[in-house]
Amino acid sequence: MLNKFDIQIREAQEHAVIETTGYLNDALGEQLSEKAQELIQGGCVQLVINLEKTTLINSIGISILIEIIESLEEREGTLNFCGLSPTQERTFRMMAIAKYAGIFPDEESAVANL
Amino acid sequence: MSDEHKVLLTIPMYPDMELAAAKTGSVLAELKDFNEEAVEEIQLAIIETCINASEHSQSEDKEVHIQFLVTDDQLQVKITDRGVGITADTLDGTRLLGSPGIHPDLRKRGRGLQIIKALMDEVMIESSPNGTTVSFIKKKTAE
Repeated sequence: MLNKFDIQIREAQEHAVIETTGYLNDALGEQLSEKAQELIQGGCVQLVINLEKTTLINSIGISILIEIIESLEEREGTLNFCGLSPTQERTFRMMAIAKYAGIFPDEESAVANL
Repeated sequence: MSDEHKVLLTIPMYPDMELAAAKTGSVLAELKDFNEEAVEEIQLAIIETCINASEHSQSEDKEVHIQFLVTDDQLQVKITDRGVGITADTLDGTRLLGSPGIHPDLRKRGRGLQIIKALMDEVMIESSPNGTTVSFIKKKTAE
């Protein structure tokens, strides 16, 4: 397999951080979506997705992130991203993701702004 | 070492094979000292074009043919499939929109070409019933 990926979750009382490692395509995206939906269904609607270890994100991965944004909006939740490369941030802004989710340089500021 | 390098690569339409093409592009760009951001943009454009070919070409040979041509000033990538060609609504993404979500500007699908055009300096698409070639150029910028 060319793409080795991993997902780590750090849950706190009021929020959770999901950290992805690897190429965010359909395979990693589906796992990410599953984990996010588990958290949301369990009542955790303040989420941070840390993409620092995610080197590449394709448009299918982005579409899955949009689905997570929409799920959180239905429950009046919040999603912040952190650890994006300049190209990833530019792509997120181009695709309007930045209008509906926060973008922060690091996990600490992303959590603080939930 | 000469100023120009040409590399030909054929990948099967298997999951994640677009990473092999992206890696080749990144090695060539790094060889010519493209900056880190440009290398990532090249990789993303290659990935999106290969995914489009895999998803939409309906090619019988299930192969994507990639030609890289790098000089001191630019990297040109030509990505060809031998599929059925693409239509205008595929090109602008409207064929893939599906049902609208909560926010119309948050389109989930059909954004690959928009990404490629935004990240590359020149993009050209040639399509016929015998296949499609997407060519793009990334120019090296001064640091």
